[in-house]
Amino acid sequence: MECSAGEFKHRAAQKLGDVKLQAALRRLQDKFVDGRAAALAELDGFDSLADAAAAVRERALADLDGYLLRFEREAIARGAHVHWAETGADANRIVVEIAAAHGVRTAAKSKSMVSEECGLNHALEQAGIRVTETDLGEYILQLAQEPPSHIVAPVVHKSKEEISELFHEKHHTPRKTDIAELCREAREVLRPAFLGADMGISGANFLVAETGSAVIVTNEGNGRLVTTLPRVHVVITGIEKVVPTLEDLATLLRLLPRSATGQAITNYVSLLTGAKGERDPDGPEQMHVILLDNGRSRLLGDELQSILRCIRCGACMNHCPVYQNVGGHAYGWVYPGPMGSVLTPAYQGLENALDLPHACTMCGACGAVCPVRIPLPDLLRRLRERQTERGLRPWRERLALRLWAWTAKRATLYAVGTRAAAWLLARAGGKDRLLHRLPGAAGWSAGRDMPAPPGRTFRDLYRERGRR
Amino acid sequence: MRVGLFVTCLVDLMRPSIGFSALKLLEHAGCRVVVPETQTCCGQPAYNAGDAKAVRGLALKFMEEFAGCDYVVAPSGSCAGMIRTHYPDLFRAEPEILAELEPLCRRTYELTDFLVSVMKLERVPGRFSGSLTYHDSCSGLRELGISRQPRALLAKMPGVRLVEMRESTTCCGFGGTFSLKFGDISARMADHKCDHGEATGADALAGGDLGCLLNIEGRLRRRGNHTTRVLHIAELLAGEEGQD
Ligand code: SF4
Repeated sequence: MECSAGEFKHRAAQKLGDVKLQAALRRLQDKFVDGRAAALAELDGFDSLADAAAAVRERALADLDGYLLRFEREAIARGAHVHWAETGADANRIVVEIAAAHGVRTAAKSKSMVSEECGLNHALEQAGIRVTETDLGEYILQLAQEPPSHIVAPVVHKSKEEISELFHEKHHTPRKTDIAELCREAREVLRPAFLGADMGISGANFLVAETGSAVIVTNEGNGRLVTTLPRVHVVITGIEKVVPTLEDLATLLRLLPRSATGQAITNYVSLLTGAKGERDPDGPEQMHVILLDNGRSRLLGDELQSILRCIRCGACMNHCPVYQNVGGHAYGWVYPGPMGSVLTPAYQGLENALDLPHACTMCGACGAVCPVRIPLPDLLRRLRERQTERGLRPWRERLALRLWAWTAKRATLYAVGTRAAAWLLARAGGKDRLLHRLPGAAGWSAGRDMPAPPGRTFRDLYRERGRR
Repeated sequence: MRVGLFVTCLVDLMRPSIGFSALKLLEHAGCRVVVPETQTCCGQPAYNAGDAKAVRGLALKFMEEFAGCDYVVAPSGSCAGMIRTHYPDLFRAEPEILAELEPLCRRTYELTDFLVSVMKLERVPGRFSGSLTYHDSCSGLRELGISRQPRALLAKMPGVRLVEMRESTTCCGFGGTFSLKFGDISARMADHKCDHGEATGADALAGGDLGCLLNIEGRLRRRGNHTTRVLHIAELLAGEEGQD
């Protein structure tokens, strides 16, 4: 997917004015934030579980190559093929080659953010393969030709009415407003796509090294159909998704659905292990697993490494007050919200996402809810520091900060400066003692007044008191 | 007990009454308070802007100024959080500095936390009477665990009726330079805070961080609300609200 994170500011402004989106974001917040809280309340000890989950992920990352090789061995032993892709383009090429080798004309896909990262659908269409997204949300987005705006609820930005209109237009069917009816209509359109597909493509929430399994955690039945009905099943996922054992998987599964949607467990948890065996009644004849790097290995041993623990639950964005007000599309790449503001610059280049690490009040809500204890605010701050180190901040900002820091270290000078500022601001306050305009701080005064100070600094008043 | 008052740059410039209220409360609690005159700012704006280097000098300056204190107290969770949780990170590779700095950072408290957890304050001088709603500022809440302390102190004021607002722990949108860089997003966040605060019908909205309070008050006034008072917890507890 093309990265347009550089337009964050402009996009965010648009999104703030989008009334329908604002209503949709409110609903998301009510559902997921409250849902998570309720689901975790049932569980005693989120803290200890999150510590355990973080430890599982760190253990996997500490010996990532070892676990990946183990995964490869076990998967091959169970009849799967394993491919290594360095970039998104490599992954796409591998899928197209597999398709060509098996005479694939049509593919059915279940939800995969990694395939969004690669722009896989586009590559397949270029190769003459018809792809159908079968996750309801992703299907809607495919019809609307839009990218997802949330990693768990990709179509959260759309209202029921918009979806009704879209179905009416694309399916040439009468308008429906009932959600159940809309779902039924989608199911009817999608069924032939499953049944006729030569290839099923899925992502993986986890890879289990000890068994060579790919794990998918879903709520719609489509994931099962995509991974078992077509002759060829291709899993495309990031190298960081591996966990050592089934036991480790169980730890993470206690947290993932609770953090994501507030469910104790999702409707389906599928462990896909190898191709169809002789005694299996069903399953794909071929199973391929593509392990994508695409910048991930660069983060190993880096100060940002902990972001690789991410299990894509979406809790950080659900709780982020910036995401809650601008939605996922403002972020301009595959991953939005706090985790996206770390991943986008990490994978797409610091200079291509200058605003993202700054589009955060450092409120800490994301870090507090992350089930694998990723210190998201610290990582964002680290990215800000890198921008400074690499000279990517505007010179005015640098100059202002430097000047301020220089003054703050000189108490006498600082006292003179603040004395003057206090006096000036107090005078400017007028009768209502509010500053309606702040020169040089238009960002503030466009939407707010500034309560004026009384005119004398604490320092001066305190000294005077001492003399009295 | 010798307690150093870290006034904070914002209080020094924008609302000195908060500093005097903090002073009064600490003295009322029986502390011997010193106010180092050369103090300026904790450096958080630069730290969060990605210039950790610029903050090192300020951290060393802080260390010198407050060296002889048993405790350091600030009427701000944000500044206390900066000192307590982030200062030591600036000197991880310098054990000699760390050996002196870290204990001082550990003894640095946000005002209400200090009054409740260390001083176990029984009575407060404040006399505010009316309904109040409380905004939990982010750094204090998530870095220092400040939530029940201010409420416990308010509960000691018989005239106060606390009415909790929805989402009291959601960020008000201030975020220091965030409010300048992303003014429109910031103002929208402040809007939600104003909505929730107004919905309680409380006479006043209170909080423990002046930055947030200026942001919320600024938005309230711009929206045309000139009646809801916006007060710092120190002013309320000290009975100094409405004084400059
Ligand atoms: S960063 Fe943490 S909270 Fe955010 S999606 Fe990843 S695991 Fe979930």
